[in-house]
Amino acid sequence: MGFPILSVTIFIPLLAGLIILLFGRQRQSWIRPIALVASSLVLLLTLILWASYSIEQAGYQFIEYIPWLPDLGISYHLGVDGIGIAMLVLTGLVVFTGVLVSWNIENRPNEFFSYLMFLATSVLGVFSSLDLFLLFFFLELAVFPKYLMIVIWGSPKTRNYGGMKLTLYLFIGSVLALIGALAIYQASPERTFDLLLLENAGFSPEMQRIWFPFVFLGFAILGGIFPFHSWAPDGHVAAPTAISMLLAGVEMKVGVFAALRVGIMLLPEGAKHWATWILVLATINVVYGAFIAMIQKDFKYVIGFSSVSHMGLVLIGFASLNYDGLLGAGLQMFSHGVMTALFFSIVGMVYDRTHTRDIASLGGLYKIMPWATIGFIIGGLVSMGMPGLSGFIAEIPIYMGVWRVAPIVAIISVISIVVTAAYILLVVRKVFFGDLPQEFEGKIKDITIKDKIAIGVLSLFMIVIGLVPGLMVPLIETGVNHILVILGGA
Amino acid sequence: MGPNMITNFDLFAIIPEILILILIVIVMVVDVFRKKIENNNIISWITFIGLTFIILITALFLFPGDEMDYAWGGMIRVDAASFTFRLIVLVGAAITTLFSMYHQEVNNKGEYFAMLLVSVIGMSMMAASSNLIMLYLAIETTAIPLYVLVGFLTKNNFSVESGLKYFLFGALTSAVLLYGFSLLYGFSGSTHFAEILVAIEASKIPTGLLFFILLLTVVGFGAKISGFPFHFWAPDAYQGAPTPIAGYLSTASKAIGFIVIMRFMVSIFSSEPQSWTLLLAIIATASMFVGNLLALVQKNIKRLFAYSSIAHAGYILIGVASGTTLGFKASMYYLLAYLFTNLAIFGVIHIVEKSTGSNEIDAFKGLMKRNPGLALVFLIAVLSLAGIPPFGGFISKVLVFMAAIDANLIWLLIIGIINSIIALYYYLTVLRITFTDSEEIESQAVYYGWKLALAVCVLGIIVFGVIFSPWLNWLEVASTNLMLFH
Repeated sequence: MGFPILSVTIFIPLLAGLIILLFGRQRQSWIRPIALVASSLVLLLTLILWASYSIEQAGYQFIEYIPWLPDLGISYHLGVDGIGIAMLVLTGLVVFTGVLVSWNIENRPNEFFSYLMFLATSVLGVFSSLDLFLLFFFLELAVFPKYLMIVIWGSPKTRNYGGMKLTLYLFIGSVLALIGALAIYQASPERTFDLLLLENAGFSPEMQRIWFPFVFLGFAILGGIFPFHSWAPDGHVAAPTAISMLLAGVEMKVGVFAALRVGIMLLPEGAKHWATWILVLATINVVYGAFIAMIQKDFKYVIGFSSVSHMGLVLIGFASLNYDGLLGAGLQMFSHGVMTALFFSIVGMVYDRTHTRDIASLGGLYKIMPWATIGFIIGGLVSMGMPGLSGFIAEIPIYMGVWRVAPIVAIISVISIVVTAAYILLVVRKVFFGDLPQEFEGKIKDITIKDKIAIGVLSLFMIVIGLVPGLMVPLIETGVNHILVILGGA
Repeated sequence: MGPNMITNFDLFAIIPEILILILIVIVMVVDVFRKKIENNNIISWITFIGLTFIILITALFLFPGDEMDYAWGGMIRVDAASFTFRLIVLVGAAITTLFSMYHQEVNNKGEYFAMLLVSVIGMSMMAASSNLIMLYLAIETTAIPLYVLVGFLTKNNFSVESGLKYFLFGALTSAVLLYGFSLLYGFSGSTHFAEILVAIEASKIPTGLLFFILLLTVVGFGAKISGFPFHFWAPDAYQGAPTPIAGYLSTASKAIGFIVIMRFMVSIFSSEPQSWTLLLAIIATASMFVGNLLALVQKNIKRLFAYSSIAHAGYILIGVASGTTLGFKASMYYLLAYLFTNLAIFGVIHIVEKSTGSNEIDAFKGLMKRNPGLALVFLIAVLSLAGIPPFGGFISKVLVFMAAIDANLIWLLIIGIINSIIALYYYLTVLRITFTDSEEIESQAVYYGWKLALAVCVLGIIVFGVIFSPWLNWLEVASTNLMLFH
């Protein structure tokens, strides 16, 4: 075992968070630089991981293994495959930009940035875990930072309700998955939580069919699956900007990632058995989410429901259980994460300046904040699946994949592209173009340079991935091939 | 070895109790000369240092390892399980002593600490008893000082009232328990657990009656762990008692109730595993629901955590009700982690109560602004109760749930999980109040003794939350020994 790069990546934010929490009160000026340095380091390390992941070799790499509780088959086992790498890079990006756009938080900044860092540790940990127990350990770590950040810094009207709803839904999801996980543990011949051993445990088909819904649905609640999606818009809207970015951009991916890693990869027979049901629910996600997004009057709710819609596409990709679908789902996880983080950051910037999220009372912001406008349009184009951007290379394989198993799902869910285009264009026109309302005239300023950097970084990744899919497709492919082996071999 | 000979081994087996007795004498003597000493906290420091010394001696020299033996002619058992719970009680008492410092109504009263120490002796004996007479004596030795301690704030009517309630309830359940014991003795002709078991296996006790005895004893023990429906005393007693004592009741006293139940059930009722595990599983279910649902509506923070502690008795019972080594191990681990967690909770409540003069939940408003250190300790403790990593409560819950699955008690597991969701709601609400709304209140100085106690608790919560192996190996020995009763 060489340099424990995954552990370092995971624990840098934890360390930074502890330092900020314990000493931030006395040294207010240190808080933001520490958070920025930590998040930059995380981004850098995740990029290094991306660069040094060997695609020829494929499989899980950067393995770290320390026995933790050998009697119960629990170990500190880290490692990532291609999909994991993409998720780590996504987390690095969102945390980094989240710190940038939160720079001006004045209310109890030490707590804010330290909780943000704890949240980052939790998410990075889940993406790197190769042990089921460890995965839950990291997953549950996020409960209190999420809740406290929403109720302390969230939007005053709905934060108590939204925060509690989100936390309880996510907790329900995770304990539902925990029941399934314990059942998997119980059924495994070696009595282990080790994901690599469990992948080859050869569970009986009956056992897989019984427990798959627990694990998959439990984690998919975290990913916003219909009908348990309503925490997502309410929670995202109640949350402060950086947390909305992390929740929608990364936490929802945590859910579907775990649903893939634990649900589909450990219980492939169960996945085959239940795939139709997942397709049905996910199709409702896609279409219903898009339609609901269209009728929202609140800027942030539009984005909240668009996340529900797009996450449905990821689930459709999973449920198609073939190369195209899984590849597209993996790409969509990354693409949507970056895109929605961009959306929420811009919504936050607009709200900070105008103090309203009511679409009807906004307008003409292009003149004042051109960068935000361009960023939003890029995000919007990704969201619509415009060729040349990351959304296209993600969505097309999903539709191709599902066409092969259930053409009707493809036909129905394609409707969402049109609806998405409609609501995005509507929002762009109403919020950024048209006339600037009188009350904003001369009162609001352009976004800061840090905000611009955040928008620039996020947009850059979507454009580069879109133009040069070769950067990410082979990476996701390694993970997908492994899943296909599992699906075929079972 | 004749029955009347006291061997070295006998003395060796009760070294901690002998030392505590010496400590009690020291405390009482110092109390006599206290007026000449300026420091109001001198007695509590002596008690604390004495207890620390005894803890060290016990932990370093008295771990029996894999050995199991009887002492005092079969009255008590020397094994890893009694060792474990003796340590739990000692640590609980030491931390309670620290929190009792600077409490003007108790800190200069020798009798308060003497009572506390007597109850430690009683509990320590409860953990080791393997004879009905010994067990009953130990239970009373524990209970009587606790009645006094709960009603110790004689200027406060509420404290006296709650002491009286606790006493009446305790006396009643003790009487029921004694009735059960007398039936056991009457039918088996012996007070030794092992001989009673032999009698039961020889079918000397009719099955119906045996079930009746089981019910009677469960009433007695159920009250000790504040499980439903014997929990009524707990909220009143916790609310009225001096807060450190409430913490002590909810941790050490509860833990001892559990070891007694475990020992009693696997020894005397080992031939009827279905009936007692089912009974305990039902009590667990009811305790979790009653505790958590009633906690949702509480306005008083001590009552809230009293109901939460009833619910936790339910979670711990899941492990016991599974009736396996893994289950006992899980319950013991839970109790160890819970010791530090709930002591921290009541410690923080005590300190906040001192500064605001209130023990309503609203007294916690803006604690994070007033005293961030205290609020963070509270955060850690509450999250541990809620079962969130990296704190002790998480692994404890996972372990009892694993035990439930292992024993095929899926329904109990699901009830436990539903309850942890309900519980998360009120834990988060308390945390929200602690961390959001702010009010201008003079912040209370946190004295050195309190800091030490809180630091120990936080350390305990985190250590039990991230390092599992050594403790579980130790508890493996304890629970295996407990199961191997002959």
